[in-house]
Amino acid sequence: MSQPAAKLPFWVDFGLIPLLNLVAAFAVAGLVVAVIGENPLDVARIIIYGAFGYGEGVGFTLFYATNFIFTGLAVAVAFHAGLFNIGGEGQAYIGGLGVALVALGLDPYLPWWLLAPLAVIGAALFGALWAYIPAVLQAKRGSHIVITTIMFNFIAASLMAYLLVDVLNPGAGSMSPGTRFFNAEAVPPRLSEILAPFGVDLGGSPANLSLIVALLAALGLWLLLWRTRLGYEIRALGHNASAAAYAGVPIARVIVIAMLISGALAGMMALNPVLGDQGRLLLEFPGGAGFVGIAVALMGRSHPLGVILAALLFGMLYQGGSELAFEKPSISRDMLILIQGLVILFSGALENLFRPAVARIFAPRAA
Amino acid sequence: MNLENGARPAAIELIGVSKSFGPVKANSDIHLRVDKGTIHGIVGENGAGKSTLMSILYGFYQADSGEIRINGRPVEIRDSQEAIRLGIGMVHQHFMLVENFTVLENVLLGAEGGALLGKGKAEARAKLAALAREHGLEVDPDALISDLPVGAQQRVEILKALTRGAEILILDEPTGVLTPDEADQLFEVLKQLRAEGKTVLIITHKLREIMAITDSVSVMRQGKMVGTLRTAETSPDQLAEMMVGRRVLLKVEKGPANPGLPALTVENLTLRDGAGVERLKNVSLTLRRGEIVGIAGVAGNGQSELLEAIAGLRKPSSGRILLDGAPIPHDPRALRELRLAHIPEDRHKMGLVLKFETRENSILGYHLDHRYGGALLNNSAIEAECQSQMEAYDVRPPNSRLKTANFSGGNQQKIVLAREFERGPHVLLIGQPTRGVDIGAIEFIHRRIIEMRDAGKAILLVSVELDEIRALSDRVLVMFDGRIVGERPPETDERELGLLMAGVTGAGAGPGAGTSERGAA
Repeated sequence: MSQPAAKLPFWVDFGLIPLLNLVAAFAVAGLVVAVIGENPLDVARIIIYGAFGYGEGVGFTLFYATNFIFTGLAVAVAFHAGLFNIGGEGQAYIGGLGVALVALGLDPYLPWWLLAPLAVIGAALFGALWAYIPAVLQAKRGSHIVITTIMFNFIAASLMAYLLVDVLNPGAGSMSPGTRFFNAEAVPPRLSEILAPFGVDLGGSPANLSLIVALLAALGLWLLLWRTRLGYEIRALGHNASAAAYAGVPIARVIVIAMLISGALAGMMALNPVLGDQGRLLLEFPGGAGFVGIAVALMGRSHPLGVILAALLFGMLYQGGSELAFEKPSISRDMLILIQGLVILFSGALENLFRPAVARIFAPRAA
Repeated sequence: MNLENGARPAAIELIGVSKSFGPVKANSDIHLRVDKGTIHGIVGENGAGKSTLMSILYGFYQADSGEIRINGRPVEIRDSQEAIRLGIGMVHQHFMLVENFTVLENVLLGAEGGALLGKGKAEARAKLAALAREHGLEVDPDALISDLPVGAQQRVEILKALTRGAEILILDEPTGVLTPDEADQLFEVLKQLRAEGKTVLIITHKLREIMAITDSVSVMRQGKMVGTLRTAETSPDQLAEMMVGRRVLLKVEKGPANPGLPALTVENLTLRDGAGVERLKNVSLTLRRGEIVGIAGVAGNGQSELLEAIAGLRKPSSGRILLDGAPIPHDPRALRELRLAHIPEDRHKMGLVLKFETRENSILGYHLDHRYGGALLNNSAIEAECQSQMEAYDVRPPNSRLKTANFSGGNQQKIVLAREFERGPHVLLIGQPTRGVDIGAIEFIHRRIIEMRDAGKAILLVSVELDEIRALSDRVLVMFDGRIVGERPPETDERELGLLMAGVTGAGAGPGAGTSERGAA
């Protein structure tokens, strides 16, 4: 007989173990900080204060978290179908083109509350489109989705560089590769403006209504995965493709649909920086959020709620990290990437580091 | 047996061995004594703790308490290297062979004897030749494992153990993949090893084999050793009762069949797999309502492909499959709507999504049915469905929210059967209904299958257990190398069926053995 897997209480599985992994990651990061001669506690204080200590910091944390919720959800839905979508970065980039085309084309005519829903559709549509080709290649030809989506990231980068330099660039007076600014009336208000009357001060932070869209997307994805037949088929396919075939699930179609949803979610990430923050489409605006989404989905165990929490953590690291680089010049941005790497290492790759020991403590009680 | 108990130290002696996994006591206070130069059987249902015990002996697990003595000496077996040093060899149920290595390379693996292979290879070759002479264990040392038949692969496993100086040989379910003929050959080898003073420990759930080959037998139940008996003084019925803890009907009780109109007709079916190899060659058969047609054959002779072609999972290259006279759609979903149910041969690989909650599995394949909700799935309807299935098939524990992976093999199989049987199918394709299922559940499952037949369903049964085929079927078709090589009544002598399964068709052509093939006799 095989070794029976000890069943752990819910709070241990989803609370204690991730927490232990996080603590371990921060402990190692602290050691590194100590080695370069800084006080780890000091550094931790700066990061946490920078992320949550004042209104503007919170706003920035939420802004970054919004990006990661979208890309995390994108990776998570593909994971549920047994697919590893590494192309979130490219899909987000092309999603930005969708947002920009809607905004550039319609901003003279529509107010922001009419334009924004169209921009959401544009972002989702373009992101999905960019995922469609790898999806079809996987479903019909068996080309590995990891390879094709990576390649599509490069194609997206080149395509967008060309478009932003040669086609969409307003030309005269523009120093940076990007589109013109959208009409101010077409840009939705920021959270700081909306919440100011209620006495909430988010400073000049760029957090915007995309956060609400992201939370709704998480709720929608939860409903889709666990309450609909399509979600049932996606999960069956992801867990056991033979059983899905046996159950009559149209496998090629479900692969394509899951990737379209994944691409759409990744594409919607563009709403946040392009429409919500900069008000124009800039070169390389995704800034690696598509890749962070992989870590977020891993850490959030591909559950929408887990993705939101993991996205907040990474948002905190991003914002607190920028603050840190400002306060402690000896700690460069690379150090932050190191800390993020450690978090990913301990909560993703070394997920089972503490599990056996914790299981020994809690398993008898669970019986 | 020429040794009296206690006269000399036993080859293996376990004293009060216990092993727990978390809250589960896999072995508790096991006492076992195996005399040198005997063949000793260990029987028990799945989960009785046989494999755990053997893993302790082979050093995969350490016992929590208790003592192990080998040849009278207390030992601690920390890993399999240690076990090998103590002269213990193990032949696993699933062979531990590297498929694309030769026999010689496999024997060498783990005992290379230095950075360069030349010297070790020469020694291993000499050893193999010596063993072949002494025991009649002939295998071409330069043959690739993947080219060898299963029986020969098993011989390589035994050779591997013997070249490492094994005096005690442990075999885990050794005949699961063998034809009756190959099994007999294996038994001859084991008897010869016994004659040379080696000790053999066989783990199996096939009581017939225990009776045929062992000198003594130990029965395990729920992690405990229930008793050790001399084989000559016991009977299969007694052993079965000890295993299950209550009286069991080993024989299936069934009346004569009342075959009605044909329900399923297969005409000249040929099927090529992805690599272009013909897996089915011109197969034809007719299945009537109210009868069970059994397909006998050694695993891998096309039975799986036949089942999956009829179930709409594989596309035939040519030929027709007719359901009530109409060609079947190539779509499992549409076939379910036509009341064709399919119990796949491998419940883990195909029949179930093990990580799903059981109620999710209870609608697998039927999940589009409007009974289970509109745009959103109706969880209470699914819950009710699962509860009624679990009740009808006595699934334990009756917890619909438990992940299916956490059920025992027998209960998992019941979950599949309940899902497929309870929806009133007309044609049933059943593959390996009792593989890895304990005796109590086997009895239950067999009874259900007979009930379905008596209710007028047409049943096609595929099983590698010849006993099961003979017990349940009304007609037996034998498959070999993708063809149906004969039809026999179920009462046919096992030996004759065994020969057919090995492709020897010379032996007395029965009715319908029209597709006679020249055998390799």
